[in-house]
Amino acid sequence: MELTLWTYEGPPHVGAMRIATSMEGVHYVLHAPQGDTYADLLFTMIERRDRRPPVTYTTFQARDLGGDTAQLVTRTIAEAVERFAPEALLVGESCTAELIQDQPGALASGMDLGGVPVVSLDLPAYSKKENWGAAETLYQLVRGLLKGQVPAPGSPKPDPSRWRDEGRRPRVNLLGPSLLGFRCRDDAREITALLADHGIDVTVVAPLGARPADLLRLPSADANVCLYPEVAGPVCSWLERSFGMPTVRTVPIGIGATAAFLRELHGVLAMELPAELVAGADGVCEAERRSRLPWYSRSVDSTYLTGKRVFIFGDATHAVAAARIASRELGFQVVGLGSYSREQAREVRAAAAELGLEALISDDYLAVEAAMAEAAPELVLGTQMERHSAKRLGLPCAVISSPLHVQDVPARYSPQMGWEGANVIFDTWVHPLMMGLEEHLIGMFRHDFEFVEGHRSHLAEAAPSGARSGAPPATSVDEPAAEPATTPGNGELRWTADGEAELSRIPFFVRSKVRRNTEAFARERGLVSIDGETLYEAKVHFSR
Amino acid sequence: MSATLTSSPHPGVPVLKESGQREVFCGLTSIVWLHRRMPDAFFLVVGSRTCAHLIQSAAGVMIFAEPRFGTAILGERDLAGLADANEELDRLVAKLLERRPEIRTLFLVGSCPSEVIKLDLAKAAERLQQQHAGRVRVLNYSGSGIETTFTQGEDGALLAMVPLMPPAGDPAQADQLLLVGTLADGVEERLITLFERLGIPTVRSLPPRRSTELPPVGAGTRVLLAQPFLSATARALVDRGAELIAAPYPIGVEGSRAWMAAAAHAFGIAPAQIAAVLDPLVERGRQAVAPHREVLAGKRLFLLPDSQLEIPLARFLSRECGMELVEVGTPYLDRRLMAEELALLPAGTQLSEGQHLDNQLERVRASRPDLVVCGLGLANPLEAEGIATKWSIELVFSPIHGCDQAGDLAELFARSLRRRAALTFA
Repeated sequence: MELTLWTYEGPPHVGAMRIATSMEGVHYVLHAPQGDTYADLLFTMIERRDRRPPVTYTTFQARDLGGDTAQLVTRTIAEAVERFAPEALLVGESCTAELIQDQPGALASGMDLGGVPVVSLDLPAYSKKENWGAAETLYQLVRGLLKGQVPAPGSPKPDPSRWRDEGRRPRVNLLGPSLLGFRCRDDAREITALLADHGIDVTVVAPLGARPADLLRLPSADANVCLYPEVAGPVCSWLERSFGMPTVRTVPIGIGATAAFLRELHGVLAMELPAELVAGADGVCEAERRSRLPWYSRSVDSTYLTGKRVFIFGDATHAVAAARIASRELGFQVVGLGSYSREQAREVRAAAAELGLEALISDDYLAVEAAMAEAAPELVLGTQMERHSAKRLGLPCAVISSPLHVQDVPARYSPQMGWEGANVIFDTWVHPLMMGLEEHLIGMFRHDFEFVEGHRSHLAEAAPSGARSGAPPATSVDEPAAEPATTPGNGELRWTADGEAELSRIPFFVRSKVRRNTEAFARERGLVSIDGETLYEAKVHFSR
Repeated sequence: MSATLTSSPHPGVPVLKESGQREVFCGLTSIVWLHRRMPDAFFLVVGSRTCAHLIQSAAGVMIFAEPRFGTAILGERDLAGLADANEELDRLVAKLLERRPEIRTLFLVGSCPSEVIKLDLAKAAERLQQQHAGRVRVLNYSGSGIETTFTQGEDGALLAMVPLMPPAGDPAQADQLLLVGTLADGVEERLITLFERLGIPTVRSLPPRRSTELPPVGAGTRVLLAQPFLSATARALVDRGAELIAAPYPIGVEGSRAWMAAAAHAFGIAPAQIAAVLDPLVERGRQAVAPHREVLAGKRLFLLPDSQLEIPLARFLSRECGMELVEVGTPYLDRRLMAEELALLPAGTQLSEGQHLDNQLERVRASRPDLVVCGLGLANPLEAEGIATKWSIELVFSPIHGCDQAGDLAELFARSLRRRAALTFA
């Protein structure tokens, strides 16, 4: 048993629902108890879809358990196929149905369904989660549909540059965009447009908007672009193994990553690299001018962003991309990096190691909150869940990854990928921070009745509660980052009144870091009390 | 996936009983409002990741500094019997109470997985109660989808609290009116004021605002149900010696008046006194409903099953707002608790109990109602088909009870129609 206050991912059948609902012409029969239809709301409310998800639930109740639930399954399958006439049928179980073991997939395979392809999903609900379920469903669906087309082992691999001989533009599949993914709708559009600028066509975007018939055309592309490895990693690997299709694996989130993505793609397709993608002597390539982020970030207004301490958590793809943007493109200092995506843990660890950090691989919300408090960041880039912890710790926060809520499925064009995605990212991440002038003035004058500590007037909010008094929130117990008024909990170190006074003069968003550093410094020296002088000595010590 | 017709309170129109896919919430969803009613309680679901996902999808748009609910997620080790589920639960509860020492009542909430594997949470609650005696009370109820639908979760939670209610003492002083069912704070205060004005001095509520301040119960307690979905709780209170007042529910002017009058009558208050207090409210309530009646009158209404509030709502919308009822669906029909309501429904009303979703949606489409009351899984899809909807969950989260709220309640339904009329993109 595992205590969960918030879960980063839903159960795997929700991942399967994401695939079915992202596509057209696919229906999903889900053996599940009454109540599991709540998942429809994810699509009708969060994604604001105008249609019911193509999911039929058996919605068994306690009284059905005494009877023949297997018969309920076959009846539901027959009704769903007759009513919705799908081009392909997914059949699977939710966590409770997994316990009663009616084998709905096997039952469906034994039914006469008029030749509809049936994909039986085996999604272990007690060990796997949503993204795994989505990836497995997409993989099983593609495999099931394409198994007749797989060339014999040993047949020659298609040449990714065959487009040249065939006298056509090169074409690729965009794999991974799905509903409930982070900004997939606009990412797919942005990347399609980006590729068109480079003379590359898109054969199929899947699963988002694809039909089973489209999946049958996947092998006609020259390469696959794996936009979201969490969802499309396994299917890209399978297409590579079975059809010899190369996969472009750089995810184009951020300026550097978008340029690297285009270089990788041109290489895979044996296209000549356009001059604008070649880095000049200063390491700058012309293509980056297509986004405003580089200039905005270089402009003097952004100087105060230098070294801002940022804590990053999300799915592996977005977390790794964010770390690169934060450290290289915005000049932040990444003080924490982690992900709940165990399947991509290696990539996250590598990215963290590059930044001199140890990656946090966890799906335990409390562990993430503790790590966040420990790192004492000035900005949190995370998921909907990190907004809870950031609120508790009084930290600015922006959302970079699923899980998301309705405000992160905006009406406006809001990609994360490509050149425009970088523009969106600049605005979104800088917005929660205190504006430069305000930061200076609050550092100089602390006695204002309106612009008190922790106040960010551009967010039109009142001052954070407790900012005036410096007291910690009354309910918190293991409360690390806000300001305990007197002694730290360990009992050995004591702040003198003079030390406290000096500490209160440090701007609030770096104060917890200064407190930590000073205490570490004092401990190192074997001091038992910390006064104002200790604080300034520690400051010099850590600035060396 | 069958439909049967059973005898109806309205001769000639049998109740349509259907089975098939049901588009409803499970009882776990009750946590979403109960955690606000009793902020000193914590709701620990013992279930799967699906259960955790359900609650956070429903409540996760609110940002919590301190969550008041969580899930003990069963893992493969628990299912395989490799880990003693009871030891695991004890460990988790100890960890939770250490983090949240201010919790006074802990609800262990059963789910479909915990019911299917027959995890005895009632026993676990007893054991944990002993371990943490004096600090926290540990209770158990089931919110599983296989047993409970949406608001029935509250019935379970209140039922679990009934044994902890202290016995009412001396019958001479035990006279009290007990309002049962979650009410919005403002509504509760208003209703208590009115009962005092009628001459009923002691009015208490279940659930209370603090989980530790449970009202007493016994002979002399007269129970007035504020919500129609409390079958099990009502029975348990009667078993403790309380007397159940038969009344329609306090929805709309008429229902609220009859509801308060029934209580006053049970306390032997003179009809003249009742009329003196209530008639001005009725007058004012009707005035508040009037502008919305102009929007709603003559419009055809179809209610899908959700909360068991459907029948009182249909009664209000037809009798006081002039709507025509196409079909009134309810997830569960307790004929005894609904008797007063059914008597007020217009003759010939088509009732349905249970659901076969696709068939019901076909009836919706065929009848082209002017307004459909339905859950959020269906609302946007129906709107996209050009059918106006009112999402039903809001009715559980809004102050809708009492004469003074009748205008606001009518507004909730009129708003959907007024909005459709107001929007233009030409």
